Amino acid sequence: MKTVRISLMGFGAVGQGVARTILSKDGYLKKQGIDLSIVAITDSKGSDVNEKGIDLESAISRKKQTGTVATGDMSSLDIIRNIVHDIVVDVTPTNIDSGEPGMSNMQAAFGAGKHVVTSNKGPLAMRFSELKESAEDNGLFFRYEATVAGAVPIFNLVHEALAGNTVTGIEGILNGTCNYILTRMAEERMPYELVLKEAQELGIAETDPTYDVEGIDAALKLVIIANSIFGTGATYHDVDVTGITKLTPEALELASQNNSVIKLVCEAVNGKLRVAPRLVPRRHPLAVGGTLNAASIQTDLAGRITISGKGAGSIETASSILSDIIYISRHI
Amino acid sequence: MIISMTLELKDIPGQLVLALEPISELHGNIMSVVHQHEEKTPRGTIPVQIMFEIERSRLDELTERLEKSGVRVARVGEERLRASVSVVLIGHIVHSDMGDTIDKIDSTGFAEVVGLSLSMPGIEKQSSAYLVINAVSNRELDKALDILRDVAVRKDLLLIEPIRMNLEGT
Repeated sequence: MKTVRISLMGFGAVGQGVARTILSKDGYLKKQGIDLSIVAITDSKGSDVNEKGIDLESAISRKKQTGTVATGDMSSLDIIRNIVHDIVVDVTPTNIDSGEPGMSNMQAAFGAGKHVVTSNKGPLAMRFSELKESAEDNGLFFRYEATVAGAVPIFNLVHEALAGNTVTGIEGILNGTCNYILTRMAEERMPYELVLKEAQELGIAETDPTYDVEGIDAALKLVIIANSIFGTGATYHDVDVTGITKLTPEALELASQNNSVIKLVCEAVNGKLRVAPRLVPRRHPLAVGGTLNAASIQTDLAGRITISGKGAGSIETASSILSDIIYISRHI
Repeated sequence: MIISMTLELKDIPGQLVLALEPISELHGNIMSVVHQHEEKTPRGTIPVQIMFEIERSRLDELTERLEKSGVRVARVGEERLRASVSVVLIGHIVHSDMGDTIDKIDSTGFAEVVGLSLSMPGIEKQSSAYLVINAVSNRELDKALDILRDVAVRKDLLLIEPIRMNLEGT
């Protein structure tokens, strides 16, 4: 049995999802010869540290009752540098202006000889190559499957399953909020503003929906894809972005009459990055409904491969994070 | 109209010019020339496939001139627009001169708008249009899309293009 020690930076929906998943998969992991031990959990108010392994049940219920997991005030950076463990799992909230606190956590982890698994888009969209180099220079794993399309394993697919293929282009539906809005507009012939309200009431869209509906979130994910798969050193400013706010129910209706749907499509082809509403034939595998995500990958050997699945949700995102943790656990 | 023509040239220098000159003289617009030098006909002539745009009324005269100069016209056919793309436009489509938008495509000679559905929900509201554009080949289709992109930017219209793999036909 291999004991792999983990620190969990962030204990919001995704962090708690990771904790629940590790709990429920304990038997499965042990069968694989892996014993995951969470030695530290942090949130915005403080931290809980136990080098023998934190009782995750009580950490989750403490968070529920008191609003924080904290039992002490050891900082994230102190934990990363001074507590003995193998993997830093950073699930802190995405910040696209500073990339913090994820950026500092990841840099500290590589500096302290720890592998990194993350769902945090901010640091990767801003300084992907720097982080990747830092990981490589220190001989450490840097895994980020959960940053793009939640449960859908785009990076695993391309880097592992499709190893040997040259990827010539990628098209994806990478924002569940936009996809939900467009699906509802098409199905119910409702105007954008009304569907947005509905999505906000359901918690699918934020109170300030700008980040999603203007295509910013999708563009950040496209930047991570471009960096990871094409190694282009792209940033957000390299993406030509058009959001969905100008779409009319009539446009969706006209598309529908012609057996098509309109989707917010992220495209990386010929070195160009574009996020824009596009016409997709209704029977095409990219024409997924609701909050689903999808990615279609054009390769030289395998041809075109399309995958789709849930792009958000705490357990779905935890699925990608757990997969990255297991990958590292098997290789250390 | 767009014509594809198979000509047979004698295997001596200067024949290709002889074949192309009358097309230019009659204001034809040559789009492609495929010269199959290694594939001689049983008559010892060299077949050449030419695609060009020309006014319908000038076609007979062209054939006559070619034959007179010793170029054999083996086949004449009107080229169908084989590639097709659909796009959606959103904005003040009608008031930004719909006719002009369509003319920009039609006047290329290699592409034309063959379908248009328009939805106008109210006088002050933005309209939406579904356009079908046909072109001689995917290359011309791309050119037509470029023109449309340019028009959309200038007229402040949102152009919704099809996904690329659809263009690739894969």
